[in-house]
Amino acid sequence: MAKFKWIYAFVALAMLLALLPIGSVNAAPTNALACAKTYTVSAGDTLSAISDKEYGDIKAYWPIMAGTNLMNKEDASFARVENPDSIEVGWKLCIPSADDAKAFLAQFPGPNTPAGVSMLFGKGAKGQLIVASWWTNGGEFAGLNEMFKMFKQQNPDVEIVNAAIAGGAGTNFKGQLLSQLLGGVAPDTFQLHAGWEADTYDPGTLIVNVDDVYKRNNLEAVFPPTLLKMLKFKDHYWGVPVNIHRSNVLWYNKALFEKAGITAAPATWDEFFAAADKLKAAGIQPVALGGKDGFELQHTFEGILAGSMTADEYAGLWTGATSWKSPKVAQALETFKKYLTYANADHDALTWAAATQLLIDGKAAMNIMGDWANGQFVAANFTNYGWEPVPGSKGTYVALSDSFALPAKAPNPDNANLWLDLAGSRPAQEAFNKLKGSICARTDCDYSTYNAYLQSAAKDWQVDSIVPSVTHGAAAKPSWAKAYTDAITLFGTSGDVAATQAALAQAAADAGYPQ
Amino acid sequence: MSSTFESAAGVAVVNMPKKRWWRRQNWERIVSILILMPSIIALAIFIYAFIGWTGFISLTAWNSSVPDFTFVGLKNYARLFVGGSTDMIRFHYDIRNEVGFLILFVGGCIIIGFLLATLLDRKIRGESIFRSIFLFPMAISFIVTGVAWRWILTPGTQETGWVGINLLLTNLGLDHLRSAWFTDPTVLYIQPTTPLGQFLGSIGLGALAAPDFGYAVAMTSIVIAAGWQMSGYTMALYLAGIRSIPDELREAARIDGASEWGVYRYIIIPLLRPVTLTVVVILAHIALKIFDLVYSMTGGVSAGFATDVPALNMWKTTFDGTQFAQGASIAIILLLMVGVLIVPYLVWQTRQEAQ
Repeated sequence: MAKFKWIYAFVALAMLLALLPIGSVNAAPTNALACAKTYTVSAGDTLSAISDKEYGDIKAYWPIMAGTNLMNKEDASFARVENPDSIEVGWKLCIPSADDAKAFLAQFPGPNTPAGVSMLFGKGAKGQLIVASWWTNGGEFAGLNEMFKMFKQQNPDVEIVNAAIAGGAGTNFKGQLLSQLLGGVAPDTFQLHAGWEADTYDPGTLIVNVDDVYKRNNLEAVFPPTLLKMLKFKDHYWGVPVNIHRSNVLWYNKALFEKAGITAAPATWDEFFAAADKLKAAGIQPVALGGKDGFELQHTFEGILAGSMTADEYAGLWTGATSWKSPKVAQALETFKKYLTYANADHDALTWAAATQLLIDGKAAMNIMGDWANGQFVAANFTNYGWEPVPGSKGTYVALSDSFALPAKAPNPDNANLWLDLAGSRPAQEAFNKLKGSICARTDCDYSTYNAYLQSAAKDWQVDSIVPSVTHGAAAKPSWAKAYTDAITLFGTSGDVAATQAALAQAAADAGYPQ
Repeated sequence: MSSTFESAAGVAVVNMPKKRWWRRQNWERIVSILILMPSIIALAIFIYAFIGWTGFISLTAWNSSVPDFTFVGLKNYARLFVGGSTDMIRFHYDIRNEVGFLILFVGGCIIIGFLLATLLDRKIRGESIFRSIFLFPMAISFIVTGVAWRWILTPGTQETGWVGINLLLTNLGLDHLRSAWFTDPTVLYIQPTTPLGQFLGSIGLGALAAPDFGYAVAMTSIVIAAGWQMSGYTMALYLAGIRSIPDELREAARIDGASEWGVYRYIIIPLLRPVTLTVVVILAHIALKIFDLVYSMTGGVSAGFATDVPALNMWKTTFDGTQFAQGASIAIILLLMVGVLIVPYLVWQTRQEAQ
């Protein structure tokens, strides 16, 4: 066997050499992608199919995306590919030669790394701005693009990269972003529900405070004081809010109300249940409810909770000033229990959007949901609807707000600061919110071109007491919010008021507010 | 051969072999170790080191986004089993759901898989087509299966209109077969007032007559979806097993006067025992680790956690609640549950190979 020993040695050496590239993945990437030809997208094309045709590999579409984006900088007739999964008919693509593509792929570290992002989008003269959000479609996506346009006008030398991750109320987004941040990979700015959600990102470590942005733009003068209180966390601001949504809204289908002979929208719970009984008697499903995504019941209950006490008392639940053992909490649970008996029995199978659709289709009359439901009404061209604060909560504005945060390891902090300046400005907020279907965090926006609901919400925003939403990350730290969520999920089936109130009190105690 | 010399201190006298350790090994051995090294290192780091790390985290106080490595012993575990917190209730439900799912899913797949294999073994025409049809669901990911079955089993209501399979049943006039499927909050358990419940109470096991030790009816929908996906796979394993049994054995049994039922009862089923064991181990570990199917089908939250499972709870606790230590403790319990199942199998298999 001895005569084979050199062969073995050679094999071993080869194996060890094969490991070396692992250490050199992070070497600085170079972009040298020349177009071998151009290609115009026709119906039915996908980037995978094109790369399969050109390179015989369905996964080799990254060089096409990068080459096209590079060409787009010099020649606007080329498309700009933000997302490899969505290309449009008529786009002009750049197809690099097979060798170039191979060389590119050998260096490409994947689309979720800063090096990979800069290979896909190139760099502006003043670097990039990587924006991570869960706004990937509909009005919110259009609104974000409007802000990108404004930023591009002001800073033509900065390359904007939209690193959007799709997914509902940001649940996928949060997990993925958190693991990236913990691993030291950060975008330049990312979407953050204002308030306690900042706690998820260990403020001061993974994200840095943006007090300077507030100072230089004088934002404390243009945001309502109750909002500032909600935004401030550990004595600092951690994000610049761009929009405001209201959580405690009761929507109703006017046609069904008329059919059941209901003349006025219910303002108290007594009126609400009287109306619900009338609807039931008329053979109409009184309440539409979702539940599939595990936040809809919780969302409904927070509205009822805010309607069962004063705004200060509700806000005090989350700061230790109001006890969860208060009879008003028990009262809210009783109301919620009764409310559930009027809801569709299959609510756990429906998303909030499917429940809203029942209202639009005239299959159910009322629904408690945040004012993003308004966007769905508008999109469906449904106009015969009315709204009212959740019974008892008039004058209380349960708010949630999307803000932009600044990661400690942002690769282009200067550009990120420019972005935050823009996000807090009046023109950006006016343009963004009109498309997104929300109102400005600022109090000085012009709403003359907004729809009726948003105009009424903007009026309330000026005068109401603003309190934070727990379901949407503003009121409590994540572990408390989860304990609240789980307790209400159990309540939805058990209906056990005493046990649930005890669990909610325990959750507050566990969060550091002894009851 | 050895040489003797004085150490630097001039006191100790040591016998040293002349050849160094690596010189005494032959080349093949060294090379084989070198070749295995990368995967051994990768396994050691990415599996065992992280299991150890998770175990360590589960004993700390890291229950917010700020790492906190204060040692708290088994506190995170205790919280899952006693104390009456929401976390405890949810975890008890998880275990209840998981056990019900495990039994029905594994049992169902074995029965259906075995029946399909038996039928296909009848040398029917177009066997390969049927085989492919039964196997196809396995090619789909659990996420897709979950979404599709959620649509199929979404119940709808009388007032807002029936949906999916309930609509089908309504149109067929089979109203009594309509079900709330995965939104059904019913939990079947031994009522304390029944004779069995009273008997359990009299021998000190009254605690067993409680919803925590019952079966959540909603879980049946998950069993249907998972069974639909994995029965074909079970069938393939059994079919291979049945085909490997020599025809002579069956012939001999028939000549000895065994009925067709007897052939299965005394020849085929006993000879398939190793296959059954493999099937049980494979399906059971899939059942214990089930996550994606439940995530996409019900999110675990429907009907008050009636379809929640430990893996889903672990993920929610860790990433939604940022309670890393609590999540790690659930992960370790899950690992132990899988271990209880897999380790005896591995030991048994290693012994078989040794023989």
